Amino acid sequence: MIELWFAFAAVMVAVYVVLDGFDFGAGALHLTVAKSDTERRQVLAAIGPFWDGNEVWLLAAGGVLFLAFPKVLAAGLSGFYLAIFLLLWVLILRGVSIELRSHVADPMWRSFWDAGFAVASTLAPVLLGAALGNVLRGVPVGAEGWFALPLFASVRPSGALGVLDWYTVLIGLVALAALLHHGALFLAWKTDGPVHARSRAWASRLFPATAVLWIAATAATAEVAPRTFEGVAGKPLVWAASLLLVAGLGTSFGARRLGRDRTAFLGSAAFLLGTLAAIAASVYPTWLASTIDPAYSLTAPNSAASPASLRAGLYWWPFGLLLALAYLALLLHLHRGKAKAAAEGEGY
Amino acid sequence: MTDPLFWHRLQFGFTVAYHYLFPQLTMGLALLIVYWKGMGLKTGRAVYDDTARFWIKIFGLNFALGVVTGVPMEFQFGTNWAAFSHYSGGVIGQTLAMEGIFAFFLESSFLALLVFGERRLGRVLHFAAAVALFVGSWLSGYFIIATNAFMQNPVGHRLAADGTLEIASLVAFVLNPWAIAQYLHNQIAAVVTGSFVVAAVGAYWRLRGEHVEVARVSLATGVVAGLVASLLVAFPTGHNQGRMVAAHQPVTLAAMEGHFHGGARAPLAMIGQPNVAERKLDNPVQLPALLSWIAYGDFSADVRGLTDFDESLWPTNIELLYYAFHIMVGLGTIFIAVMGVAALQLARRKLETSRWLLWILLLAFPFPYIANTAGWLTAELGRQPWLIHGLFRTAQGASPTVHGGTTLFTTLGFAGIYLVLGLVFVWLVLREVAHGPQPLPAGRPDAPDARALSGNPS
Repeated sequence: MIELWFAFAAVMVAVYVVLDGFDFGAGALHLTVAKSDTERRQVLAAIGPFWDGNEVWLLAAGGVLFLAFPKVLAAGLSGFYLAIFLLLWVLILRGVSIELRSHVADPMWRSFWDAGFAVASTLAPVLLGAALGNVLRGVPVGAEGWFALPLFASVRPSGALGVLDWYTVLIGLVALAALLHHGALFLAWKTDGPVHARSRAWASRLFPATAVLWIAATAATAEVAPRTFEGVAGKPLVWAASLLLVAGLGTSFGARRLGRDRTAFLGSAAFLLGTLAAIAASVYPTWLASTIDPAYSLTAPNSAASPASLRAGLYWWPFGLLLALAYLALLLHLHRGKAKAAAEGEGY
Repeated sequence: MTDPLFWHRLQFGFTVAYHYLFPQLTMGLALLIVYWKGMGLKTGRAVYDDTARFWIKIFGLNFALGVVTGVPMEFQFGTNWAAFSHYSGGVIGQTLAMEGIFAFFLESSFLALLVFGERRLGRVLHFAAAVALFVGSWLSGYFIIATNAFMQNPVGHRLAADGTLEIASLVAFVLNPWAIAQYLHNQIAAVVTGSFVVAAVGAYWRLRGEHVEVARVSLATGVVAGLVASLLVAFPTGHNQGRMVAAHQPVTLAAMEGHFHGGARAPLAMIGQPNVAERKLDNPVQLPALLSWIAYGDFSADVRGLTDFDESLWPTNIELLYYAFHIMVGLGTIFIAVMGVAALQLARRKLETSRWLLWILLLAFPFPYIANTAGWLTAELGRQPWLIHGLFRTAQGASPTVHGGTTLFTTLGFAGIYLVLGLVFVWLVLREVAHGPQPLPAGRPDAPDARALSGNPS
């Protein structure tokens, strides 16, 4: 049952990254792929109906942690205190930028929120990537199961640790590149005209950056957190996920060259899912590795809620997950095809 | 002031009170929007759809602010109250996760369809989108209230082997009697806010002689729903909530009432200033024996006073608790009077010509916000010194590794962000009110608007 809840949490996070990832990528790129107000509204028409629901996957992932691994939620969120608030504020900026922009048809008003949207959408992947970097690197969890990290301490991922060091920033940059690539492919799929052409051009520029940074990050992880790769030979799930990520990355490249935009986007989604699944499968059962003493690490078994609570959650959680997927399918169906800039007052 | 607990409490109190300014309107409005869309479907009269269209715009703005200020709340459980989250996650994690998976997905999936989909969806499906938002936002309210109810009156739990809480009965926990009483009271209070705001905007337009038709519908809906909700929020829902407090938190009841010395035929304080140092209420204006009746349904019942309890069990801010409760009840009484008079004039078809009354309705809209906030202050201050009543003290709940300076930093950050958001929000709402209701724009749905800034690089 603990494995199942670990898997649920990993799935929620992975789906969150795939879904909100295209919002972030589109938002970070929209100043360059969409030049006029109509083009900007084309981008917003593509992600507008989805962004809020996509962000809910993050909340739902938090919900799974709260329900199933309360100690991980408590230690993680309080340990990364300032970094979490930076992310929350960035998400506030992103949300209001999308929602308030359309209310006033004034060029200065719209430029302001467009800039806010771009800044927030660029920072969020870096922060989320850095968070992943911290989880991989390990944090100074003490004997009581708590830790506190300053935002930065030194540039090296050893000794006095901070949230940001060269390693976690590198992971943040991989996340940024991968999500920009992802967002560019999403816009290539969902738009037409100049926005489509510019998105495709960006995707082709971002592909090598993503691939190179991904390889660099994997090598850096082997150096900084060698335990991530310990015993992977005996973990078939890691291999399956690795296959998925390689196939996904290849598809995102090949299908784009063939002009099959939707397949390319799905390839990128598979790449992100595969990467996160491979990480989850290789670090399992560790949630937060202690850099002080491995015995202090927060693992799925030692941080799980009691069996009674885990069982209670199983009565309703899968049902809720199916509903969420059904809403997503309905939205995708209602907004199928290319997104058109809405008339004033009729859309984002 | 260097105590981190103080800053944690201030931050949570500030951010949650600010956040709740938005959902109380969206939950109340959602019900009224369902009514207007339903009436539009039934009667085919355009004025109902015009009214709904204007209020859906206001709803969308409020909803957006509710979302962006609500997301931090979910995280603050872990960031600021890590010890509490660890201790109780096995129980309250259930309802908080339910809120995400059952309510937030529903709301977020259908919001854009409600706000922007009127033409695309057609009347029936647009009505369905309104219902989806109503159900989603009211479900969300229930899960939060159920979580809070556990903190007020813990049921359905037991202590697990590792010293944290676990679920003993999911049904007992989710259907906590406290949750049901508090939910009904809280939701009706949200309808009070929604009704007063709708009536106020209707009154504003009527006073200016603008948008006469939509003003008439807004006024009528606001006044009728306002009267019904103002009555229900006091009786039976408020009364039941009071009984709940009397039964489960008698020391809180004593503090709310400034009732220091127990005894039979306890009086109800209308006005007075609690003097905690001298254990008395200064300048009291009291109704004899009424507190006994309200708490226990018997004028001669014995109501224990604060001095009957150990001081370590007293709420930590008796004065503010007392005022918050009395402000809520006092305003609630005024709401019944205002809406009662307005409904009388409406029935006599004189509401629209009673300019003095329209002015009162216009100026009254902030007060339900104050009453709702005061109500939550009563609930949360009344729970002190406990985080989970009888089980876990507030002093035990804060994050062990987060110090006061860090918490003050993020609190100031929220204060700055929320100030700016608030100003932008008020400006946008006032702009929409001045703009008034708009007809459904003509033309193809995907035609770029002529007024738009198309081709203007920025």
